Order: sequence, then C-alpha cells, then structure tokens
Amino acid sequence: MPAKQTPPDQYKPDPRFKIAHKEALIGVALAIFNFIWWYGFAYGLGSRPPEEYTYILGLPDWFFYSCVVGFILMSVIVIIITKYVLKEVPLDADPYADPNVTPKEESPTK
Amino acid sequence: MNIQVIIPLVIFLIAIFAIGFIASKQMTSTGGFLQEYFLGGRELGGFVLAMTMVATYGSASSFLGGPGTAYTVGFGWILLAMTQVVTGYFVLLILGKKFAILGRKYNAVTMIDFLKARYNSPAVAILSAIAIIIFLFSAMTAQWVGGGRLIESLTGLQYTTALFIFAISVLVYVTIGGFRAVALTDAVQGAIMVVGTLILLIGVIIAGGGVPAIMQDLLNENPRLVTPFGADGTLTAAYVSSFWILVGVGVVGLPQMAIRAMSYKSSRAMHRALVIGTIVTGFIMLNMHLIGVFARPVMPGIDVGDKVIPLIALEVLPPWLAGIVLAAPMAAIMSTVDSLLLLVSSAIVKDVYLNFIKPEASEKRVKIMSFGVTGILGIIVFLLALQPPDLLIFLNLFAFGGLEAAFIWPIVLGLYWKYGNKHGAILSMITGIASYIAIHFYNASYGNLLGVHTVTIPVVLSLIAYIIGSLAIQRKAFRF
Repeated sequence: MPAKQTPPDQYKPDPRFKIAHKEALIGVALAIFNFIWWYGFAYGLGSRPPEEYTYILGLPDWFFYSCVVGFILMSVIVIIITKYVLKEVPLDADPYADPNVTPKEESPTK
Repeated sequence: MNIQVIIPLVIFLIAIFAIGFIASKQMTSTGGFLQEYFLGGRELGGFVLAMTMVATYGSASSFLGGPGTAYTVGFGWILLAMTQVVTGYFVLLILGKKFAILGRKYNAVTMIDFLKARYNSPAVAILSAIAIIIFLFSAMTAQWVGGGRLIESLTGLQYTTALFIFAISVLVYVTIGGFRAVALTDAVQGAIMVVGTLILLIGVIIAGGGVPAIMQDLLNENPRLVTPFGADGTLTAAYVSSFWILVGVGVVGLPQMAIRAMSYKSSRAMHRALVIGTIVTGFIMLNMHLIGVFARPVMPGIDVGDKVIPLIALEVLPPWLAGIVLAAPMAAIMSTVDSLLLLVSSAIVKDVYLNFIKPEASEKRVKIMSFGVTGILGIIVFLLALQPPDLLIFLNLFAFGGLEAAFIWPIVLGLYWKYGNKHGAILSMITGIASYIAIHFYNASYGNLLGVHTVTIPVVLSLIAYIIGSLAIQRKAFRF
C-alpha cells in the first residue's frame, strides 16, 4: 500500500542514480561470482585427502585455482567491466541544469 | 640493536614527515577548511584513493597477525585471507557514485553528515557519533600498541621510547596535514607494502629451497597444513566462508572506508581506484600470507605469531633490505591509525561540536578546534597505549565487527532503498551492536553459534530490524 507521495511531474529522480544503481548491482553480482569460484575450487578440490592433491607451480591444486587463478580472474573481470561497462558521470554538476527538466530545488548557491 | 635495519626505517619516517608538510602547504586552497582538513577537498585521484583504501584497511593484522596465524594454521588461513579481494571492488562499486553524488549534494564531510541528511534525525547522528568515538578510539589504541611493539622489537629500544617515536611521527603529520597528508602518506605506504611483500616472498622462497621443497617439508610435518581445513582440521567451510562478511562485503559499513568513497575527485578516479584497489589488495593478501606459511619450514618453532614476519625478514634478507621491508608493517599500522585519528576527531569536531554545541562557530575557531582535538586525542591515545586498560582491549574486540553490524544497513539501504527511515536506522544500529556483543559472549563460552564468525548473525538481525523499523513505523518514501 505505498501511498502516492507526490505527483510524478513534481519530482524527477537524478538520472545519474540509474547508472549508480546498475553499477551497485554489478558489484553484488561480481561478489557472488567471486564467492562461488572461491568456494567451489577450495572445497570441491580441497576436500580430497592431501595425498591426492596435484601441484601447480608448487602450490596445491585447490589453492592454485581458488586463490591464485580466482584473484587473477577477478582482476581481469574488474578491468574489463571498468573499461567497458562503467560510465563516467560528473559527480557534482547540478542535474537540474538540464533545460528539459523543470527545476524543483533551488540550485546550490556557491 | 641493528644500525643497518634502523637507517631505512629512519629515512622512511623522515619521508613521511616531509609529505605531511607538503600537504599542509597545499591546504590553503579552495573549498573551506572542513572539507579540506577532513576530506582533502574531495580531490583524490585514482592511485591515491586506491592506496589509501588498501593501506587504511590493511592494518597490523594483515601484516603481523594474519601471516602469523597462517604460519600456525597453513593454507586454510590464506584461503580465509583471500576473502578480502572482494573489498577491493565491492566497497567502491556499492557506495560508488551515488554516495559521492549525495555527499556533495548534502555537503557532507563525515559519514554522520550523510546519515543525518538521509534520515533527518539527530538521534541517528548522536548514536552514530557515540559508536564511532568509542569503537574507533579503542581500535586506534590497539594499533598504537602494535606500532610501539614493532619498533621495540626492531630497534631494541624500550617500549615507552618506541611508542613515543611512533606517536610523534603520526601526530605531526596528521595534525598538520589533515586528510590530504593521510591519503598521500597512505599512497607511499601502500607502495612500500607492495614492494616489501614481493621482496620478502622471494627471499623466503629462496631460503626454503624453492616452492616444491617447501611444500614437501610442510607435507612431511603435517599434511593438513596444505588442506583448506587448517593444521588441526578445525577450519570449517562455514566458518571460513563467514569471513566474506567480516573482511569482505561488510567493510562497506566501516566509517573509515565510507568516508573515502566521498573523497574522490571524479568518476574516472573512482574507476582507476577500483582496478588498482582490487589488484593491490589481492596481491598483498595472497603474498603476505604465503610468506607466513612458507616461513614455517624455513624458521620452525616461532611461538608468537606477531613475530613471524619481523623474524623471517631479519633471517632471510640482508639487514638493510630487511629494514626497508619492515617499513611495510610499520606503514600498515601508521596508515590505519592516522585515518582513525582523523575520523574520531572529525566525529568530535564536526558531528558533535558543530552540530549540537556551537553551530555558528567561526572558521578560525573550527580550525583551532580541529588541530587541538586531533592533537589531544593523539596524546590521550599515547598515554593509554603505555599501559592499555582492560576496558580498551575489551572494546577493541568489538570494534570492526560491531561497527559493521551497526552501520552496514543504515548506509547501504539508506542509499538504495527509498523506504528506509530513521526508525529502521536506529533500530538496526541498536540491534546490530547489542546482538554483536551478546553473540560474542555466547561464542566465547559455547563455541561459534551455527559455526560462523560472530559478525554474521548480527548483520542478518540488523537487516531484519532495519526493514521492520522502516516499514512498521511511518512508511514513507524518501526523495533523494
């Protein structure tokens, strides 16, 4: 029963927030993916008895995939996402300066 | 006392002083004193921002305690430490642009400014200020003890003298230079941490005769050292996974991290910080803890975990190089305490004094107050660190987990959920802190509840409290 607060024409959310919300969701998705990778390899491979471990670059396989590859993979994904997905927005420009939007708040006096 | 070890450390301290003075020269620029002193004028670039986050977050525990535990427990502890990779990108992506935009819009200088504007409630502000002052003050004192002990063990000076040297160095550059000095020194300290970690890792591997040889030694000693379950098999998957909350995603709720998400210059700086922060955090955590495990066959029989890194550095490196490398844990400790010092003093000056005691104070008065409070706080911490009272040690136990349980939902849901309101925030903070303390005692006497770290359940409870409080009392959408 969310009561209507204000007529929609009186309040326009900052358009930059849409971008910000999407990027926050990307952060959550990355963390979930990171967790599954980390957990899957660590306990998937690591639960065998130690005699069955194989060694990659001298490190136990579960550790190599979970922590070393996992870290490198996350770094690469973060680089790609930062480069191609995240959008640059001004952080302090007045969003109501857009002439198409009726200013509803007094612009900041500086 | 080893003069070759001390010279690099002294050079390091002098460099840190120099940065403090340079930063104080820059302070006269635009934007008003408060913004400048407590936020560096919101002008941090990507590299400095990333390094100040890593350095502030990477405290004594990442450089001394953590590797020391890895020495005892084995690979399971590195697995646990790697949960921190997520903080590198998570904090900046979650708080991200929205926190920075709103921070500027509300003209917020502290995290409490943001909470106060978002929830429009003095009660929220007071409650937050109390939590920050009490918890961070105790956390800070514990770090100072660590700094003093480190200098003591390296130089052979008395603890009091060592602590004095440490205190003076931190106080001078923080008091004079403010946030900008802290961020700049953090950048230098972060770089030292990266280089120091790499050198030490190489040194340990050489001393141990290569990774396969070290591995074989570990297997011969106790095969469990190379499993994810710890030397005595007690590290359960649930317990290790719950560290994702304590040192990973929950870090969003720490005021010293949140404040950094307000201080960047542009979204480009934030993007760069995301990449650099992720890589540097992962690199330091992985290698520092590997050093801890690898040190075991090289130097068996170290009892005190905190001494593993200093001892192994002195063992495997030439003295002058050990001096440079051991500046890394020094750097980690200093860069954590300087941020905490500034945060507590901003809570007192900005959030308590200017909000509730004297809102009309003049710029000049605020300036004197800021320098004064920062300096006095430092002196009090020094005196307490000489002989830490039990109460402080007790409070320090709660510091980070307690702050996370208190603040994570008021910040995150305050940013992203329009129905969040002051009732939810207050209820969530009280529930978070109270349940954290209660579960701490429960876990201390009966073992971990549900097998997870203490912070996990309070974070869930405070989420429920936030939602109930927001929806049950006065449900009303907030307009950003």
